[in-house]
Amino acid sequence: MKVKMLSRNPDNYVRDTKLDLQRVPRNYDPTLHPFEVPREYVRALNATKLERVFAKPFLASLDGHRDGVNCLAKHPKNLATVLSGACDGEVRIWNLTQRNCIRTIQAHEGFVRGICTRFCGTSFFTVGDDKTVKQWKMDGPGYGEEEEPLHTILGKTVYTGIDHHWKEAVFATCGQQVDIWDEQRTNPICSMTWGFDSISSVKFNPVETFLLGSCASDRNIVLYDMRQATPLKKVILDMRTNTICWNPMEAFIFTAANEDYNLYTFDMRALDTPVMVHMDHVSAVLDVDYSPTGKEFVSASFDKSIRIFPVDKSRSREVYHTKRMQHVICVKWTSDSKYIMCGSDEMNIRLWKANASEKLGVLTSREKAAKDYNQKLKEKFQHYPHIKRIARHRHLPKSIYSQIQEQRIMKEARRRKEVNRIKHSKPGSVPIVSEKKKHVVAVVK
Amino acid sequence: MNVNRVAESLLALSQQEELVDLPKNCPLSENEDEGDSDGERKHQKLLEAISSLDGKNRQKLAERSEASLKVSEFNVSSEGSGEKLVLADLLEPVKTSSTLATVKKQLNRVKSKKVVELPLNKEKIEQIHREVAFGKTSQVLSKWDPIVLKNQQAEQLAFPLGKEQPAIAAIEHALSGWKARTPLEQEIFNLLHKNKQPVTDPLLTPMEKASLRAMSLEEAKMHRAELQRARALQSYYEAKARREKKIKSKKYHKVMKKGKARKASKELEQLQKVNPTVALEELEKFENARMMERMSLKHQNSGKWAKSKAIMAKYDLEARQAMQEQLAKNKELTQKLQVASEIEEEEGGTEEVEELLVPHVVNEVQMNVDGPNPWMLRSCTSDTREPATQEDPEQLPEPATHEVSESEGERPVAEEEILLRDFEERRSLRKRSELNQDAEPAGIQETKDSSSQEVLSELRALSQKLKENHQSRKQKASSEGTVSQVQREEPAPEEEAPLLLQRPERVQTLEELEELGKEDCFQNKELPRPVLEGQQSERTPNNRPDAPEEKKEKEQLIDVQNLLTTQSPSVRSLAVPTTIEELEDEEERDQRQMIKEAFAGDDVIRNFLKEKREAVEASKPKDVDLTLPGWGDWGGVGLKPSTKKRCQFLKAPEGPPRKDKNLPNVIISEKRNIHAAAHQVQVLPYPFTHHRQFERTIQTPVGSTWNTQRAFQKLTTPKVVTKPGHIIKPIKAEDVGYRSSSRSELSVIQWNPKRITTRHNKELKKNSVG
Repeated sequence: MKVKMLSRNPDNYVRDTKLDLQRVPRNYDPTLHPFEVPREYVRALNATKLERVFAKPFLASLDGHRDGVNCLAKHPKNLATVLSGACDGEVRIWNLTQRNCIRTIQAHEGFVRGICTRFCGTSFFTVGDDKTVKQWKMDGPGYGEEEEPLHTILGKTVYTGIDHHWKEAVFATCGQQVDIWDEQRTNPICSMTWGFDSISSVKFNPVETFLLGSCASDRNIVLYDMRQATPLKKVILDMRTNTICWNPMEAFIFTAANEDYNLYTFDMRALDTPVMVHMDHVSAVLDVDYSPTGKEFVSASFDKSIRIFPVDKSRSREVYHTKRMQHVICVKWTSDSKYIMCGSDEMNIRLWKANASEKLGVLTSREKAAKDYNQKLKEKFQHYPHIKRIARHRHLPKSIYSQIQEQRIMKEARRRKEVNRIKHSKPGSVPIVSEKKKHVVAVVK
Repeated sequence: MNVNRVAESLLALSQQEELVDLPKNCPLSENEDEGDSDGERKHQKLLEAISSLDGKNRQKLAERSEASLKVSEFNVSSEGSGEKLVLADLLEPVKTSSTLATVKKQLNRVKSKKVVELPLNKEKIEQIHREVAFGKTSQVLSKWDPIVLKNQQAEQLAFPLGKEQPAIAAIEHALSGWKARTPLEQEIFNLLHKNKQPVTDPLLTPMEKASLRAMSLEEAKMHRAELQRARALQSYYEAKARREKKIKSKKYHKVMKKGKARKASKELEQLQKVNPTVALEELEKFENARMMERMSLKHQNSGKWAKSKAIMAKYDLEARQAMQEQLAKNKELTQKLQVASEIEEEEGGTEEVEELLVPHVVNEVQMNVDGPNPWMLRSCTSDTREPATQEDPEQLPEPATHEVSESEGERPVAEEEILLRDFEERRSLRKRSELNQDAEPAGIQETKDSSSQEVLSELRALSQKLKENHQSRKQKASSEGTVSQVQREEPAPEEEAPLLLQRPERVQTLEELEELGKEDCFQNKELPRPVLEGQQSERTPNNRPDAPEEKKEKEQLIDVQNLLTTQSPSVRSLAVPTTIEELEDEEERDQRQMIKEAFAGDDVIRNFLKEKREAVEASKPKDVDLTLPGWGDWGGVGLKPSTKKRCQFLKAPEGPPRKDKNLPNVIISEKRNIHAAAHQVQVLPYPFTHHRQFERTIQTPVGSTWNTQRAFQKLTTPKVVTKPGHIIKPIKAEDVGYRSSSRSELSVIQWNPKRITTRHNKELKKNSVG
């Protein structure tokens, strides 16, 4: 009788060193693991459902202000510190880890219009309705010291916004004109005007640090170069732009939050057509801030919600709202790109997760692998109707929901009319204008 | 504008120079020898002339220079020569004078210049400035294009981008600026200073420094050598300990332990001799340990290990020994270190205790051998329960029969009941035996099937008996009655063997009973009917109940055909009775004939029917082979899964009826499955250009089930990775290897760095003072 023996080559199962991982033999023959697509589909479906189940973005509410929160600022060196200015002239500094207020300053009479931190994080600037620009120390006053600003500049007109240069001791304010100040002087080193309307916000470019953008009440966005002391270009939109924000990773891209419920992402070299029109809000967009990764931005709106948009998508990927949150006036994305803060009319600052279903804290390697795999699956099967439906499902307050329906009807009617007009007129006499170009009135050189 | 003005003035100046110089050059050259004083005077005059250049004077001079007809004879005139006078010709005769050469040049330049245009208005100029600035800026910005593109296309972006250097400030630096302000702080500060504790440089106190200084070099060396030796010794010792720890031999450890114990006892003895008080203390310690041992359950065979050993002890001599050993140890530990006689006395007691402590299971086997024992009896019953149950089937039938006889005696009418009871008992018996045989779990299903089959056959037999007994009754009613009776009767046997009855099977049998009854109503002769599904599927061709269905189907088909083919005859039959118009009829017939001849070759209807049949066949779900090789039996090259398994897994789910089932002359395609459509992508998603691409991406699996670990990791890398708790700064030109654009690059603003620096210095000084 012939005896067959099983024999194995020790090279296949003996480790070289003790520190090597044990080899787990596995046969990847596809015939042994059939139904790969259906199995992955089901996994993707489950991952999507779980994502929705675990979507609990709201983390904390910081209360303490006695009037609506008008402006927010991040600390450039410390993730846990946040500054906020309220409509009653009060500035508060918060600690996010402890979720409490660590310092309160009565900075101005009337609104605190703008607040910004110095790039080194040692001091911050505020502007208010009392026509002053004040510089404050970041640390509290020492023992027996008065709470006083380091410097106070009395201006002639009201300042409506302020932003600090990202590298140098220079800051810019806006009001009747855009002023550029040296920190050590009481007069602006340069003031730039173009047109006569009041300017609502000014922002320094974080990458090409000598560029500025501002938006004024006469519906335009003006770009400046600080070095040449001159405006560069102006674009006039359908309605007023409330604020702009530069992409921190792409030097020439900025996004404008407009009164006509939309956000416009522009390439500053080609202002005649926005790169993308972001639409989902149902009321004026009041503030916008980019994620530090430059891939997404968050917008705050008068419709009592905040939305997160991918830079290259025209529709939002997420909407956050709570019953108690009123008109959201300011919003910031924290510099570790994990959280979002928003200040609203009803005196609270809310802290949200940037990814609604993300697990906080340290992940084990297996958890991380599972997370990545699920993410990939969701991405892979995102076009499947079942999965798409679940992934897109959001609960909305009734007001927003009904307004969305209303807007949809209006938009459809407008489109139908346009189509009819084209159909019933001489070919070529009614030009077809794309959605992107529709909202730009003119570009002024 | 400025440029324009400058050009104008320059022009004027050049003209004047020329005109001033021309007349004066000649005398100058002539009177060169007149001396310095004269030259000086001339020079003064020239200066005056130059200084009076602007205003009316200039105009006057210009007038003088104009060529006119009324000129004195000293002046040159071009009149009469017929040639146009060229300025250059005028200058020709004068010999090469450096000043003239320059004038010439200037003149040439002036000639070549055009008239300057009007200056632009302010807005226009500003616009131009803006445009230029914008051009420059956008040019600067376009250097970012490749980086932006790269980042957009990157497989993975890890933030923060640049490598961060952890900024660690030395504590001295941090402390240098700090000063005690509050009274408390000052107090603490003073205290620290009093002790000469280091405040700014915390490395060494002055005392330590002094002591350091005090130690000589040799001392230090010796000290170091000593330390080294100690360290080496320690490492040797550690290595030895590790080595010993690794030794797995139990014997070795035992020997070691004994050695240690002996040593300890010896030491104790010595201590007794040398220092009795210490020895007493030691003894107390021992006593304490003993107490602890007595209190604890440590060596009393109650631990998990001991229990497991106790189970094994029945069969394993070693385990038994181990247990005994443990008990011995317990004894040893609890031993009193007193007089020998006491020890002996106690030993007996402990032995008893020991015997009690040993679980009965351990001694069971021995006891069994010894003889009857109350403890043993109990365990025996538990053991022999199984054989008893096995014996049950033999014993039980007898009482059952007794019962039957009794019941017969009591109620001779209830024959069915008896029969049913009989049947019930038999069934329970069989189940018991089945349970006993259940050692092979693989055959569960088969045995079940066989058992149910047996049950069925018995049922059938029973029902036949019933029929024989009560043929006059209605069968359906009887069957229902039996069912109810069965339900009534059930509890009794269940009480007998509650563990063994399984509910689902009972229900099954009941249902089948009912079915049987119905069948009886339906067809009396068709009793031996197979119920098992597998068998049914095998026997389908021979199966009777399926036959009528097939017939029905056939009839349907025929019907359809009739409908289609007989349509024309029916029309004709309608047409036939109208015998009045025979001629027309004939014509019609001719026409029909003609059509028939024309389409003689193709039978459209038959073709259509064939087509439809094919379509129906094609749309029927095919059998799918779901057998997984290697599941349940060996798999590999050249091995095939067994036929039985293949039969089990070949399944074609019965689809819903076709929509065109009753529509003879229509084929409705049913390729689109609405149930599947909910899970299918309808429109090609954006980045894909062809549906193949999309399908391919979907078909390549991502999971670790189908990919190696490395490939899996690579496939699932997230697009953006961020470090928790790290600040992500905006991208910098330095990060990507560009020079960051500086202020001076395009600067127009006045910028005085010197002043700024002095200011900064002042500020710094202030800070340091305050």
